[in-house]
Amino acid sequence: MIVITWIVEGTWPACVDAARAMAPADAEIVLLHVSGGEAPAAARGAYAGLMGRRRPDRDPGPRVAELGAASARELLEAAAGRLGRLCATAERQGRAEREVVAAAQGADLLILARDGDDTRLGPRSLGPASRFVVDHAPCPVLLVWPREVPAGPVPPPPGHGHRPPPPPRHGPPAPPGRH
Amino acid sequence: MAEAVSAGLLAVVLIAAVVRPWGWPEAVIAGPAAVIVVATGAIDPHQALGQARRIGPVIGFLAAVLILAQLTDDEGLFRALGRWLAMGAGPPRRLLTRVFAVAAAVTAVLSLDATVVLLTPVVFAAAARLGARAKPHIYALSHLANSGSLLLPVSNLTNLIAFAATGLSFPRFAALMALPWLAAVATEYVVFRRIFRSDLYAPTRSQPAADPIGVPWLVVTILAATLAGFVVTSLAGINPAWAAAAGAAALAARGLASGQTKPRAIWRAADGAFLIFVLALAVVVAGVTDNGLAAALQRVMPSGTSLWALLATAALAAGVANVINNLPAVLVLLPLAAASGPGAVLAMLIGTNIGPNLTYTGSLATLLWRRVLREHGEEADIGEFTRLGLITVPLALAAAVVALWAGLRVIGG
Repeated sequence: MIVITWIVEGTWPACVDAARAMAPADAEIVLLHVSGGEAPAAARGAYAGLMGRRRPDRDPGPRVAELGAASARELLEAAAGRLGRLCATAERQGRAEREVVAAAQGADLLILARDGDDTRLGPRSLGPASRFVVDHAPCPVLLVWPREVPAGPVPPPPGHGHRPPPPPRHGPPAPPGRH
Repeated sequence: MAEAVSAGLLAVVLIAAVVRPWGWPEAVIAGPAAVIVVATGAIDPHQALGQARRIGPVIGFLAAVLILAQLTDDEGLFRALGRWLAMGAGPPRRLLTRVFAVAAAVTAVLSLDATVVLLTPVVFAAAARLGARAKPHIYALSHLANSGSLLLPVSNLTNLIAFAATGLSFPRFAALMALPWLAAVATEYVVFRRIFRSDLYAPTRSQPAADPIGVPWLVVTILAATLAGFVVTSLAGINPAWAAAAGAAALAARGLASGQTKPRAIWRAADGAFLIFVLALAVVVAGVTDNGLAAALQRVMPSGTSLWALLATAALAAGVANVINNLPAVLVLLPLAAASGPGAVLAMLIGTNIGPNLTYTGSLATLLWRRVLREHGEEADIGEFTRLGLITVPLALAAAVVALWAGLRVIGG
């Protein structure tokens, strides 16, 4: 059994804890981190915009890329340390959500954390990246809260407290949908 | 004929400045181009001399500011800023707020070059140390290097070039631009908080033991004295470049005495090749504007300082800056804007300074630049950055121009 655990800055400890708790003892756990490359590219681009005053030794892009690689290594080491059992680590470059979906090909479980507003229940707890992964993952997904699960009532079912809109006079009836 | 020659030469100079063939300094192409413009009679030598006389002091001023920024880095100012940014745990929202404050201040006082070159690695390291996602913070720096450069004449080379033409004193320029600067930075902040909200919710790592910040007080004092010097010299009718030179000299003396820096490093910070490039670019641009471009732009350039005229001026300037980069844009538009008074010049600066946030490199050169990157086997995803710019640029531009208009009503041009 292969368990992919997506390690993202900020939310990774919850994923590692879930992997430790949920993955069978004989599972092969892979800690996956994706570097987007946006930060070095933006640094490079801003420098390229300084018309006439670029010299290769002053470009902040390579330095930022170097710092990024070092911090990704540290992050994976810290995650492996927290996991406390044998695991593999993987570092990919590219658009995070797409790389994760690609890496999950052939895996038996993908563990990821919600990357949105984690202070209340609801659709906003998923940011665009985790939304994409949940929608496109080719394997079962374990979606964890990065911190404690927020308390709060589940919203009432659609239509509660107000009357549904009247059906249209002509044409087919509206399909049931969320409001 | 003269028109075609100058326009062709300007295109060559601008493209060479992006591509940097064989790694040559930009001046290697721009210098001979300027000579050709004069030799072919596209502009007469007296005019070229006049242009050089106008740009010369500006370049000296800029050299002093570049040296000043480099020396503050040598003395540890940016390291101290990085430690402050990474101090204490807390949500990434707090880091973003601090990044905005630091970037707006550094850009205003030490120019956008300092933010791009010196602050970027520091902010990235601080984000990594906190375990926060770096992207929003690095994008913020990239944006604030432009939109945070409205406040002082020294914040941006475009401001320095236009400053003399406004006839404003240093403190009056700052007073008129304070509100637009705040409006632009605040607009960016609101948009960033919204666009990157999912990156900004994630918890950061709790800090082990915070390093002491170690504020380099001497550097801070010299910077404060230099700022005061800008005001005093300007009010006394002396070129404020001397205040920048005095500040740079004081820091250089200290750096040389303590062995922190070497004369060669100071000379390199002044970047002589760049200074020649700006001079040559000014001559080539004059060749184009004197041969038809000025007359053509005159027709679309709004006149007066009504709110609508100011908005249109800023929008036009932003457009031109996005086509040819804001440095040549200011050289092209300044004579036209100056005819409508300082208010119009400041609106033009709002356009040329904020406009470049539309694209990665601040102009259509992004396309060329991507090709250069690709040849080196690198790829940049410019979609997200461009979408961000499409939201912030119109909003920040409008907010800053309305603030300028209000300031002009209260303080007067």
